[in-house]
Amino acid sequence: MTGIDPAIRDAVLAAIPSLRAFAISLSGNVDRADDLVQETMLRALANIHSFQPGTNMSAWLFTILRNLFRSEYRKRRREVEDADGSYADSLKSQPEQSGRVEFEEFRTALAKLPPDQREALILVGASGFSYEETAEICGCAVGTIKSRVNRARGRLAQILAIESADDFGPDRETRAVLTE
Amino acid sequence: MNKSMTPAHTDATLGREIQHKIGEQLRAQYDEVVSQGIPDRFAELLKRLDDRNEGEAS
Repeated sequence: MTGIDPAIRDAVLAAIPSLRAFAISLSGNVDRADDLVQETMLRALANIHSFQPGTNMSAWLFTILRNLFRSEYRKRRREVEDADGSYADSLKSQPEQSGRVEFEEFRTALAKLPPDQREALILVGASGFSYEETAEICGCAVGTIKSRVNRARGRLAQILAIESADDFGPDRETRAVLTE
Repeated sequence: MNKSMTPAHTDATLGREIQHKIGEQLRAQYDEVVSQGIPDRFAELLKRLDDRNEGEAS
């Protein structure tokens, strides 16, 4: 075969916007995310023979990206993310100040989740994968994904509840105790 | 957030509001990136790989 099969090339191209969104949600940094996407494309095309035609190309690409991120994460655990704010700068449609603050709060809260919970929540809640597809991407049981998503939602609610309670001042300690 | 929020709000109400918000924020953040489309670097990379593969094919 010469060149890249046009159908595969088109499928890879079509997946790029959501692969980037997933990578940015995982890493919190646009440059790292784009490097991850590029590495994913290179791996995918180098291993295209291991892709089974007729199966979900998007899920296959997400699996590659997820595994790349996880191996990178193990190397750079707990690095301070997005110190230069490049991610925030890249997002244009948050004109309203209170919206921006909320958005930043959410992003910070998301970053506090353990990676296995964060990836499960994003794949189910934003990428639109089913629990079954998400389980396949993450290489674990469907029940594990369901419990990770539930824990992620609970933890985010806890973090965001405490933060919004902060806005009202005096209630803070009470609420922190209640949501502990 | 909601300025009219009073202590009368139960934690359960707060929980539902927050869950709704979490879903919205998650999708908003994600869709914002998706809407940026395909950056040139990726289209160019694919083109380069395509050309190279063609050049290497025997």
